[in-house]
This record gives sequence, structure tokens and C-alpha cells, in this order.
Amino acid sequence: MNIKKIEKKVHEIAPSVKVEEYNGCVRLTGELDKWADVYKCGRAAVCKDSLGVLNDITLKGYTSQMKMPSVKDNSLDGKKVDVLVIGGGITGCAILREVMRLNVSALLVEKANDVAMASSSRNDGCIHVGIDLHKGQQKLKYVLRGNELYDTLKEDLDIQFKRWAQMVMFSTKWEKTIIPPLFKLKAKMLGIKQVEFYKTVDVKNYEPDPPSWCTGAMFMGTGGVISPYKTTVALANNAIENGAEISLSTVVLGMETKDGKVVSVSTNRGTVYPKIVVNAAGVFSDKIAEMAGDRTFTIHPRKGTDIILDKKKAGYALSSYNRSYFAPLPEANRPDVTEDVGHTKGGGVMRTVDNNILVGPDAHEVPDREDYTTNMLDINNMLKKQVLCAEKMTKADVITYFSGIRAATYEEDFVVRRGIFTKNIYEAAGIQSPGITAAPAIAEDIVKWIREDYKFEDNKSFNPKYTHTPRLADLPDEEREKWIKKNAAYGEIVCRCEEVSKGEIIDALEQPLHVATVDGVKRRVRPGMGRCQGGFCSPTVAKIIAEHEGITVEEVLKSDGNSNLVFGDTKGGNDND
Amino acid sequence: MTEHSYDVIVIGGGPAGLAAAKSAKENGGNVAIIEREPRLGGILKQCVHDGFGLIRFGEKLAGPEYSERYIDFVKELNIDAFTLTFVTKIAKEGDKYIITAVSSAGIEKFITKSIVLATGCRERTAKQVFIQGTRPAGVFTAGTAQNFVNLQGKLPTKKCVILGSGDIGLIMARRLTLEGAEVEGVYEVKPTPSGLTRNIHQCLHDFDIPLYLSHTVTRVFGVDRLEAVEVAKVDEKMNPIKGTERKIECDALILSVGLIPENELAENLGIKINGFTKGPDCDQTFMTSMDGVFSCGNALNVFDLVDYVSECSEAAGKNAVGYTPSGKNVQIKKGKGLLSYIPHRIDLTKDYSKVLLFFRAAKDMDKAELKIMVNGKEAFSKKYSCLRPPEMQRLEMDFTALGIKENSEIEILVEEK
Repeated sequence: MNIKKIEKKVHEIAPSVKVEEYNGCVRLTGELDKWADVYKCGRAAVCKDSLGVLNDITLKGYTSQMKMPSVKDNSLDGKKVDVLVIGGGITGCAILREVMRLNVSALLVEKANDVAMASSSRNDGCIHVGIDLHKGQQKLKYVLRGNELYDTLKEDLDIQFKRWAQMVMFSTKWEKTIIPPLFKLKAKMLGIKQVEFYKTVDVKNYEPDPPSWCTGAMFMGTGGVISPYKTTVALANNAIENGAEISLSTVVLGMETKDGKVVSVSTNRGTVYPKIVVNAAGVFSDKIAEMAGDRTFTIHPRKGTDIILDKKKAGYALSSYNRSYFAPLPEANRPDVTEDVGHTKGGGVMRTVDNNILVGPDAHEVPDREDYTTNMLDINNMLKKQVLCAEKMTKADVITYFSGIRAATYEEDFVVRRGIFTKNIYEAAGIQSPGITAAPAIAEDIVKWIREDYKFEDNKSFNPKYTHTPRLADLPDEEREKWIKKNAAYGEIVCRCEEVSKGEIIDALEQPLHVATVDGVKRRVRPGMGRCQGGFCSPTVAKIIAEHEGITVEEVLKSDGNSNLVFGDTKGGNDND
Repeated sequence: MTEHSYDVIVIGGGPAGLAAAKSAKENGGNVAIIEREPRLGGILKQCVHDGFGLIRFGEKLAGPEYSERYIDFVKELNIDAFTLTFVTKIAKEGDKYIITAVSSAGIEKFITKSIVLATGCRERTAKQVFIQGTRPAGVFTAGTAQNFVNLQGKLPTKKCVILGSGDIGLIMARRLTLEGAEVEGVYEVKPTPSGLTRNIHQCLHDFDIPLYLSHTVTRVFGVDRLEAVEVAKVDEKMNPIKGTERKIECDALILSVGLIPENELAENLGIKINGFTKGPDCDQTFMTSMDGVFSCGNALNVFDLVDYVSECSEAAGKNAVGYTPSGKNVQIKKGKGLLSYIPHRIDLTKDYSKVLLFFRAAKDMDKAELKIMVNGKEAFSKKYSCLRPPEMQRLEMDFTALGIKENSEIEILVEEK
């Protein structure tokens, strides 16, 4: 690799940065005042014949921190397992489930007190087509295969998966003339099926009320949508049913390596001795790779915000679409300038499996890997831009919004591979968009490699099927009545907005992966997801959790850490309900 | 699947539903109440403060006492009440309505000639007023905080900031102070308070709780539990003014930032919703745009006094029995100076000699005049010494005296003198 050339490029941004070749990677060190410059240096250091960029430039006055679990015990100390998966996002959970097809013992550790707490819940659940990807990218290979695998996953895990097509809509005549042949050619090259040009009349067959400016659209029939968190939970539950173990509130603190192998992994709950380590640690996956001596990449956190609209407005989009970005945005819809740098094709509107419209996301490079804050400027910018897509949208349609962090590498590709410097690690790192789509395919490859490398036998008793109580509100009356006759609690509605019964809440608490928090229940069966945002039902949900778990209401957590809802009895304190 | 048949079905067993059912029964209707919660009484069950019933009963009652009186009426009249029963859909078949509901007994079908929607309202949430920052525990609507304190006996905060000077916010400021929590202040984005004057005095002044007008909360801090909020002054357009931000350490943010009528059932039926009240468009009998479907209480229009809720609901309940279908309607146009009003139209084929008229002024006014214009000419006027948006006005009016015809144009307005 031509390190001098890279150095020149980096020094044009920041002359003080030290640029060197390190273990086949390009390594950057130094200290800069602006995060945008740290990011730009990392981008400038990307080169095809290096293993990757190690961007160790620090930001002046900023120390990166990781949110730690509040527990500390020895529950895992001395534990020996065949496979240790680090990270309970969709990738980690998909790998854990997949590896149970082998005759192994497996443990997944997750630092939060539930799975899908980072990017896998802060996500729109889009099942991507892959049209924006390029030949040779790992992303492309895994998206195409992952997209295919969702049909089977839907059947096996009883998850909501809708093949609602995606459309890129054109706003000018020249776009609809020039772009479609290019799209079709690219689709052919990449092996993507069902990519067609739709005239406005055809668009209307699919999307009855398209934006007024729509002159036609690229229709992509292989697109889809899932619930990213419900899918992750289903993968975790099925893995546990097949003998896997999940230890929540468990953070990896360090690793002992010897002769190019990870020997032990220390956590806040004791030291684990795994035969094989799988790194699926999301925004912290470079830190984990570093601990194992196998780092060839750097995660640069990229924040995105999504806005959720009331399900009453589900008619805004029956599928998912955006405005083609070839034609410039009208003046009135351009975002107010922000200082930071971003990288996105612009987001759009989409309907989730639960019939809410999602608006967004945007993209901003940020230093903090867990910066989940939202701000008014981003929200206003997105509403301003996306009102082009959902022309009837008003601020009164918004029920909530959230931010997530994409675990992007400077190469803008996944790092899915066997260990390079460390023999017994497998990397499933740098998984950002379209990671939800790719997760099942990544799991398939990682487990294929483990099988080949370690000659594990098949687990003959593996059962891929996971079943759970259906969403009763979606059932025909006769079916729903059958469930209520079995258990009267299915007829007791707790959440008015999402029509969730007490029975469904209790079922959520009795799933194989036990999570008894208000948000945990909310992600599984939706009380509090509606337009009142839990205003009516959260005290009742907290009470149901307390009663079911045999704890007090003040012990019930909203989410993680010290997120208790209440502090104890009032002066006259007792339950008057 | 159980089937029930009634003349009138009242959906919602809060103060509006109870009053509607009572009067429907007293007027000869075979009526039932469907209530989604385990017991009747609605939100009043958690309103343990007094001040209810001054107009209706001539005495100061606590919320539960007020609702208890109506629950007793309903029991004495042997009105069927289906509690823990949740309406999932309403369909119209011929001149009848079929209501599907879910209860612990299974799916229930109610066949009825008319419906009174008394579904109340919900609170606007933190995200609906665009509060930014993190998503910690400790962000509560005032009603949620009130539920924890008054129903479960649990304290949701030790030190909090309250955003919004709506009545529930003011009531909770006092309640939490009495329970030993510190209320740092009540912040109101508007230049005038949103709650009743008596509540400003009795809940804030008497407890030395500061009220900051033209202020808002811009964001919250804290990853798991709320640790602080940022407040800022706002300009005339209610946008935060840069440089006026102040960070306040606290463990909760309690919101009283408005109530939204709950009309999802009405909307699903295709009933016309009024843009100003956010409840169904109604005539003087409280009938909506759909024959046989009536609306009352906070689902129709957010009231500040339960006494008026009861009054309008009793009228709606009575009119629902053997109702008269929609005839010749004359719209009442919204003129200047008004925030909202009911009814929205007068049906000339029904009695309009004793019309219950409720309205709110758009802003604080000293010396004001309500005017009803017919074909551009003043047909009625009434002087007020003071009008405030939080205080809804009521009057009973004889519209027959106004000389209204089918093609008349009626406009209602308030002029400041």
C-alpha cells in the first residue's frame, strides 16, 4: 500500500496526524479539535489494499465512555463454553440461534438488560433490496442472501414480515427517462430481481395516493419490512429453547490471549473460558476485536433519527418510498444547515409491520457511540424534507421519535470474517444498515465456518420453530374468543391504543428470555407504543409486572440501570386501586 | 359470542357516560354502559381533590364522591354496566348499530338503535410537544403521576419540574408538595396560565410554587432515570430564546400540556370531527354527523368543570332515546375571538328553544361581548366582565327567537370592548 499517498491525503485535512502502516492496516494517531476532522481523516485513510483503517485519533476534551451494567457478581465465573457470542443485537442473536444447529454449548453476553437495546431496536426494520450497494461489497452478498432467508424465518419464528415493495419516486421528466435503464442494468449486474419502472398509473396501483410531484418510480418488489426488535427477541427465544444461554447485564471487560488464541474473557460476572468467540458487539465491535488482537477496522458512530406517526395516518404510505435524490430538493424542503457531517441517501417514509408510518432517518457523524439524544433541529429538518413524501403530514401526526447509532466502519462495509491474527475469533462487526436484512445470512456464514473449522456434529434435536401467542387484536372474532375462553386475561384490555390484553403481557413475561421491564414488555407486545405513549397503561403494566414477578412497583424498571418509575410509598401510601 | 340488545349504548363509564345513561333510562330508554376499566367513574377515581359538584349539587365534592353519586343513580335505575369490556369496532347495519367488544367472557355483540360516545380524552405527551434529549424514566403526564400517587400510593418523584399550567398540572403540583416532593416550578409556554384561576391560587400561590410564564422545557437529561431538564424563555411565537437556557437538576418532568378528545371510534365510523374542539361536529341535541350517534363530555369538547360534562351528557342521553334523524341543519360559523364552541349547527327540525351553548374565548379579555349574527345582523348579544380561555362559558339560549331559516347564515363571535 502507498502509505505516503494516504499520508498526503490525511495531512490535507489535519497535518498533525501521524499516519503509519500497522499490521497491514493504516493507523492514524494524534489529537484533533473537531470530530468532523477525525471522521474525514478516517475516510481519507481508506485504501483498497490495506486490511482497514485504525483511526485512533482522539477528540480534544472528549473521553469516550461506555454505559456499564449496574450488576457485579460471579454467576459466570469459571464457565466453559464452546461458543461465546458477544453482543445481543439481531446479528448476535441470529448467530446464537444458528450455532445451536451444531452440537455445541453456547453463551451470549449482552451488556444491557435486554436484547435489541441498541441499533436493533433503534431501527426502521427495512428489509433492503440492495440496489444502492456495489459488487465486491460484503454488504451486497449478505443483503441478497438475508433478504431471501426472511421468508423461511417468518415461518419458523412466527414473526411479522411483509414483502411490501420499495419505490424510488422521480420528481422530474429527465429522471424517469435516464434513471430507469441505469437502475435496471445495475439490478441485473447485482442479481436483484423485480426491479421495474412504474409509470404514475402503475404506482397508483400500489400506492394509491403518491406525492403530487411523482412522475414515475422504480419499483423494487423484493423489499420488505419486519419488526427489528421482535425479530431479535424471537431469535433469542428460539436459541434458548434449543439450549443456548443468554446472560444479560454482562459486559466484556478484557480478554486473555495466548499463542494467537483467546483463552479467557473477563466480564463483570466472572471469567468465561470459551473455545470460540464471536464478535457481534455492534458499535463496540472494534473494541472487542482490539481485546482479541484481531482489530483491522474502526467504528465511527453515525447517528440517525426516525419519527413515528400515529397509526391513524397509516394511509400516508402503504409501502416504503423516497424521493429520488438525483434531482435537487426544492428550496423550501432543504434542511437548515447543521455543522456536522453526514452520510445518507436521505431516508423516506415507510409503513412498519405495526402500521405506523416512520419518517426518516437522517445521518450525523458523532463521537459518542451511545448518543441516543434527539434534537429539534434534526426533527424539524426531517419533517421539512419528508413532507415532500407524505404531503399531508403535520406535526400533530407525530407520536414519538428516537435516535440510534449505526456501527459504520470507514470502509463502509461489514467485517464478516474468520480471525486474521487470532485463530478462534469470528468477526461479525461493523454491521450497520442494511444489517437487519443481512443478519440471518451473516449467521449462516459464521456458523458454516465454525462447523468447518471445528468439525462439530449436527445438533439432531435442533428445532427451528418458535411459536408465541399471536397478536389477538389482529385475529377474527371467533379465533380471539377461543383464546379468551382458554384464558380470561386475554379479554382484559390494558393498553387502549394498541389493544393489548393482560394475558399477552403476562405471556411476554413468561418467554424463554426473561425480561421484566416496562420497555421490555412494550417491545414484545406493544403496550405503550400507541398515541398516548403509555400515559394510561404504564402504571397498570408496572403493577402487572410487579405482581407477576413478586416484586414491588418501586422495583419495576422502565428500562435499564436505575430507571425505576417510582420511589416508594406516599405518606399515606397504600394501594387504593 | 354473547349478543345483547338495547335502545341506547353508552360507551364510556366516566362522568359523561354515567350522566348520559342516567338520563337515557329516565327518559324511557333501555340503556347499557360499556366501560373498559374494572369500575365505573372514569378519571374521577384518581381526582381526590375537591371542587367538583358546586353547580350540580351545590356542594364541594372530591372526584370519587362526585362519581359515586352518579354510580348510585345508575345502580338505583338498574342500568346494565359492562365493565372491563373494550369496544373494538362499531358497524352500521340498516338503522341499527352493531358494537363488538372484548371482555374476559369473550367477544360480545351489542345491537343498539343509538350510541352515546362518552370516551373522554387523553393527555398530550412529552414528544407531542417536541421535548428533546434522552428517553429516561421520570417523564410523566400529570395524569400518570396522579395515578401512581392517588391510586397506587407511590411517589413518582422527589424533586420535579412541571411543564404546563393546565388544571391537572396545578393539582399535581399541590398534591406532590403535600406528599413531601419538591416542585421546583411550573413552566408555561403561553404568556397566560392555562388552568382555572382558583387552581393557580389554591395550588401554587398557597404553596409558594413559582409559575414561570412564557417558558418551556426544551430537553431532558439522564440515561436511565431523568437527572435534569433544560428550561428556556420563549418569544411571542413560543420558540425558545437562545441564551436563556437554564439547567435544573431534578428526577422527574411532569407534563400538563393539553388534553385531546379520544375519538378513534367516531373517526372509524367516518363521523365528522370539528377542527377546533377536536371532537365530533354536533347539533343542539349533541348528535354527530351520523344519525343515532351522540357525543358528550370530554370526547366532544374538553371541559374544565365536570358539572358541565354532566349537564351536556344528560342532554345527549335523553336525546339518544328515540332520536330524531338529521333534518334541516344550519351551520354555526366560527367568528373572531373564539377558541371553540358547541353546538356547531342547529337542526331546525328539532327543538331549538333551549339550546345549551358552550364556548371558550380565544384570549384573555376584560369586558367582552358574545354576539350571534344571523345573515350578518346581530341577533343576540351578551356582555361579560371577563373572559379567559381556560374558563368555558355556558348559556342556555332560545334560538327560535333569532329568526333562523334554512338558508340563514349564523356566525358566533366575541368582541373585546
